Amino acid sequence: MKNITIIALLLITFITKAQQTPAAKQSEPISIEGATAHLGNGQVIENSLIMFSEGKLVFVGSAMLRIARLGKIIDAKGKHVYPGFIAPNSTLGLAEIDAVRATNDYDEVGAMNPHIRSIIAYNTESKVVESMRPNGVLMAQITPRGGRISGTSSIVQLDAWNWEDAIIKENDGIHLNWPSTYSRGRWWLGEASTLKINKNYKKQVQELKSYFSNAKAYNAKNTTNNKPFDALLELTTAKRTLFIHVDNEKGIVDAVNFAKENNVNNIVIVGGYEANLVSSFLKENNVPVLLQRTHALPNNTDNDYDLPYKLANKLVKSGVLVGLENSGDMERMNTRNLPFLAGTCAAYGLDKETALSLITLNTAKILGIDNQVGSLEVGKDATLFISEGDALDMRTNKLEKAFIKGRDLSLETHQTELYKRYSKKLGN
Amino acid sequence: MIKKLLFCGLLSFTTLGFSQDYIPKNDGVKTNTKNYTVFTNAKIYITPTQVVENGTLVIKDDKVIASGANVTTPKNSVIVDLKGKSIYPSFIDIYSDFGTSITPFNSNGNYSPQYNAKRKGYYWNDHMRPDVKAINHFKFDNSKAKTLQKAGFGVVNTHVDDGIMQGSGLLVALTNKADNSKRLLDDNSGMFYSTSRSKTTKQSYPTSIMGTFALLRQFNYDANWYATGNMSVKDRALQAFLDNKNEVQFFDASDKNNILRIDKIGDQFNTQYVFVAGGFEYELVNQIKNTNAKLIVPINFPDAFDMEDPLLARDVDLEDLREWNQAPSNPKILADNNITFALTTHNLKKVETFNTQLLKAISYGLNKTKALEALTTIPASIIGKSKELGQLKTGAYANFLITSGDIFDKKTTLYQNWITGQRHDINAIDTKDLRGEYSISSNHFLLKNDSLTLNIKGKIEKLKASFANNTDNFDATISFNNDWMQLMIPTKDSTKKEFIRFTSHIKSKTTFSGKVYFPDGTTSTFTANKKELEATTKDEAKKVADEAAPKLFPITYPNMAYGLNSVPQQETILFKNATVWTNEKDGILEKTDVLIKNGKIAKVGKNLSENGATVIDATGKHVTAGIIDEHSHIATISVNESGHNSTAEVTIEDVVDAEDINIYRNLAGGVTSIQILHGSANPIGGRSAIIKLKWGQTADQLIYKDSPKFIKFALGENIKQSNWGDYNTTRFPQTRMGAEQVYINYFQRAKEYDALQKSGKPYRKDVELETLAEILNKERFISCHSYVQSEINMLMKVADQFNFNINTFTHILEGYKVADKMVEHNVGGSTFSDWWAYKYEVNDAIPYNAAIMHNAGVTVAINSDDAEMARRLNQEAAKSVKYGNVSEEDAWKFVTLNPAKLLHLDKRVGSLKVGKDADVVLWSGHPMSIYSKAEKTLIEGAVYFDIEKDKLMREAIKKEKNELTNLMLEAKHKGLKTKPIEKKNKELLHCDSIDHN
Repeated sequence: MKNITIIALLLITFITKAQQTPAAKQSEPISIEGATAHLGNGQVIENSLIMFSEGKLVFVGSAMLRIARLGKIIDAKGKHVYPGFIAPNSTLGLAEIDAVRATNDYDEVGAMNPHIRSIIAYNTESKVVESMRPNGVLMAQITPRGGRISGTSSIVQLDAWNWEDAIIKENDGIHLNWPSTYSRGRWWLGEASTLKINKNYKKQVQELKSYFSNAKAYNAKNTTNNKPFDALLELTTAKRTLFIHVDNEKGIVDAVNFAKENNVNNIVIVGGYEANLVSSFLKENNVPVLLQRTHALPNNTDNDYDLPYKLANKLVKSGVLVGLENSGDMERMNTRNLPFLAGTCAAYGLDKETALSLITLNTAKILGIDNQVGSLEVGKDATLFISEGDALDMRTNKLEKAFIKGRDLSLETHQTELYKRYSKKLGN
Repeated sequence: MIKKLLFCGLLSFTTLGFSQDYIPKNDGVKTNTKNYTVFTNAKIYITPTQVVENGTLVIKDDKVIASGANVTTPKNSVIVDLKGKSIYPSFIDIYSDFGTSITPFNSNGNYSPQYNAKRKGYYWNDHMRPDVKAINHFKFDNSKAKTLQKAGFGVVNTHVDDGIMQGSGLLVALTNKADNSKRLLDDNSGMFYSTSRSKTTKQSYPTSIMGTFALLRQFNYDANWYATGNMSVKDRALQAFLDNKNEVQFFDASDKNNILRIDKIGDQFNTQYVFVAGGFEYELVNQIKNTNAKLIVPINFPDAFDMEDPLLARDVDLEDLREWNQAPSNPKILADNNITFALTTHNLKKVETFNTQLLKAISYGLNKTKALEALTTIPASIIGKSKELGQLKTGAYANFLITSGDIFDKKTTLYQNWITGQRHDINAIDTKDLRGEYSISSNHFLLKNDSLTLNIKGKIEKLKASFANNTDNFDATISFNNDWMQLMIPTKDSTKKEFIRFTSHIKSKTTFSGKVYFPDGTTSTFTANKKELEATTKDEAKKVADEAAPKLFPITYPNMAYGLNSVPQQETILFKNATVWTNEKDGILEKTDVLIKNGKIAKVGKNLSENGATVIDATGKHVTAGIIDEHSHIATISVNESGHNSTAEVTIEDVVDAEDINIYRNLAGGVTSIQILHGSANPIGGRSAIIKLKWGQTADQLIYKDSPKFIKFALGENIKQSNWGDYNTTRFPQTRMGAEQVYINYFQRAKEYDALQKSGKPYRKDVELETLAEILNKERFISCHSYVQSEINMLMKVADQFNFNINTFTHILEGYKVADKMVEHNVGGSTFSDWWAYKYEVNDAIPYNAAIMHNAGVTVAINSDDAEMARRLNQEAAKSVKYGNVSEEDAWKFVTLNPAKLLHLDKRVGSLKVGKDADVVLWSGHPMSIYSKAEKTLIEGAVYFDIEKDKLMREAIKKEKNELTNLMLEAKHKGLKTKPIEKKNKELLHCDSIDHN
């Protein structure tokens, strides 16, 4: 009897721990008919027809057209189709439970770690990762944290057996945390825990300059093997993107100029709380911004209460290419709220389709994967989903189907299983 | 040998005036000098208001014998003629730590917490040290005494500045010419308190300011109990406290709000504290006045920020800019409101700056008589020494200052500071005033052809000089001692670095002559003749204009951005043609009107009209009840008292912060009521404050009238200290198993306490057990932080055992697993919409939790525990529609009516029912849509947030910041001291927050 109990317990444990099985390759063409299609590039097609085969979109247009429907037909009248949402600057799969150190793999020791690669630690079996899919978040840039140069990120899709299969773009960029203008007083040493001007700013920038110059010198002729420098040099040789995490006006200008001086062509500002104050500079230099969480409090008491809500609008209106990112407190589990970050931008100035592009096509462009994903356009991956209603609003973001490269995903999760199990137990 | 003799000589000199009859004398014969010292022809401030021109002051030994206009001079008098000079009583600083010191605790690398007191035979808490006597920790500090003498002080009231109760003070005369037998005037000069922990111990409790307040109360109760003789132990701390109960009680509150908070505690125990203020009391001057407390006010006015870098300057908040502009008028405003206060050097980084800051306060409008009183008669009266100190009537200590004139004038020189009849020379009294312009004539070829002008400026004791000829100006160095003047100027050839020196023995102020020494070694003579000046008056006038009090910016409450000039008033408002979410049987009504009158919901219906009502067209808009957040940590200065595993004695009501900008931001998100909960650091936490977000009112006005009583409990990882690091492994409980026993133990004790209390027998009042007994008596309700099902179930069983119900499980992320048991126990669930994965115990947290509990029949609320999310609770409710298909009408109740029910407030708020409080929100659209905004938020019929008014405020803030920024830039340009930019950046508090003190 005891044994049976144990086996039963084990079984339950097994069931609850098991992740959703990654979907199989698309075996037959699929046609989605009648939905409002939000293409991600600003356009909407009412009563649309979307067809994809072998993982690629083969038709995106009006359902009024009298053309042959391919394969299986999904009737999506009254529903909405969106390209899969992309979460840049994310630590999904690099940690499972914030408070359990053993599960954390996002922050390596050392200040200068350009050679650190996030992709090999990305856990496709993460329960947090699978919880993204039911909200439409289907891709992410897996990004290391910490230090001055955190390391190298890669871009994945969120339904895979292993990290290798998950890759959309490997080693897409290097992440640099720009020195901050302020530093906080160390209260445990009896200092007031106020923010003071960072006296070491100049020194810290100098350290970076010297690090980059040494990498360059090493490139000229050197016999020893220096992996960090090798990785850094790929910024120019392999045209990697330099993601500079910086919020304030002065830092942004300094950082962009620094990158330019070091011949980095692809520069992205991540965070960018004050980016709107230097939007013309950013536009001139063709530097896009991955804007911080819109669901945030203003930094200063004096700020408009809705300042973070309208930052995207300010930037977009001044012509800067903008995507949204969600780093911060409890960022992994919270990433499933990415669509609502965009929804807020629509509430505060942007039209809904432009707001949508902040988590689809714009982000794909910024990450350099727009030839493959980011919008519903023929030739691109069939990475998309069907929602009952407006996917940027909590009330109506209800997914019925989701596809990655045409693969029909499971929208079940650890959480939906518990939901069903206990609803059943309680007879509801 | 010579050294020794010299030493003896010095000793006998210093004891000259004071040799006592009973002290044997071996270095000479006993003498008795009974001479008087008489100061004549001076302007004497006998008191700040009793001033005698051409008065006489007679002193002998350490006392004043007589003072006034018609005073007879005794025959054996040494007479000092002070014609043209003034005499003031010397200053008193009654809040000082002069000469005292402690040995701080040394952790020696041991970082594990200490729960018990180190001292035995004293109170159970090391931070309560009323038995400490300053005199036992005192060493006269010569150099500090000299600094204070220079600033005009004669007496300080010092104490050991350590701990919450700090012990008794010591009144010290600041003379270095007498020993402790004479200069220690009173070694029991008041009891001292602060809000800071003792540095001599690391005993954990109290970790927070609310713990400090609770400890103060319990200590008072315990002292009363001790006084009855019912305690079986000897407690020297309680005894010392009782012994000194009638002494003056000084409390370093350091903050205007703390003054109000601590005064309430004082009222509870019939103690009127004298408060050391923070410097910003003008912001709450009426409330401060109502305490009837006397204040000790620091004058460490903030320097201007260095605003030169506009990129940094914009980060300075309006409140900090205003502080710079307004703080120097604090003493003036207190005086205008007839609040009794003394001034102190406390909090000044350098005592040397006291006089400049004092002059600043005067230039900001503080009346000079008031200023003098605040430094003399008032401090003397506060410590009950009006006869001895602060004035110069017969019998008072001979503590006085001799000045060149008005002591509150920048140009006045302080000559002497007499303390207990001992003279301390600050600046030579007979120094001739050389200040003026002179023409220099000399026969020497280097000077002959120039028409040289010498200009001497500055203070008498610190002259500044410059030379000018027809074309150039040179700074000169000047020194003037004992009538000898030395001057030095560089030669005209600046490449050579050569100097010309002048020296003169000065006999007259109008003309002097002497020798000149040239770089080549030659010497000559010179003569200087003082010029008659007329031009200066114009300069003076300009200077006066410069120094006139600057424009004062309006003071709002809170005194910061979005602060208000006046409290919002109730209005009669008629919302027309809205979609109305009644939360009542009527459900959601289309095209309906809502009338708000007298702070209540007056009518809900179609085609309403009302005379005099402000009609708001709400076509296309939605009207709902205000959002209620069951779990918030905004608007408080403290969240956790983590020093004990049970802290039922602490209450958030003690620490409500009405000045938190997040109140305003919450209003902008449609939130009208919140429960500010204690954190989750211990199984039994502290009591809640349930408030309405009446931005612009003070803390007391925010708290619900007849508020339901709540207390926070907590379960799981936080109370087991799972994530507190490796040092925190000794506090019970470290497991869920232990948690159960904590509850059982405390409730059992509370039960026994309650029985004893009801029996009428004498008992020791214990606030903690009394609070827990309220739970047993169903007068107080538990909101328990909870995650996993095992412990949720456990706590319900503990409650069953003691015959009460848990009221609310808050967070309750595994509530869905025991929803049936929750229904059976009749406990509500206030949960997060979708949080999980941040710690191990939330691994099974699911966003369907609210829906499952709701479907099972639990009263469900969605809470924030987060200042940011709180302002989007409408959207959090919407997630229950997404996760679990809850109807919109029910989902909306998750953030309105249901939390009202859980908080026992549903008779007052939570729905649009006629007669309920008009806590109402007008939304631009569907209240749960991400695209909607709160346009107006009303509390009790008064508009506390208005999106249009908000726009105007933004503009006003911008304008005011610009003006203040310009003034600061001007200050820097004028050469005034500035400080680097610093941001206060208030930390956001949440469940795990610990005070940093």
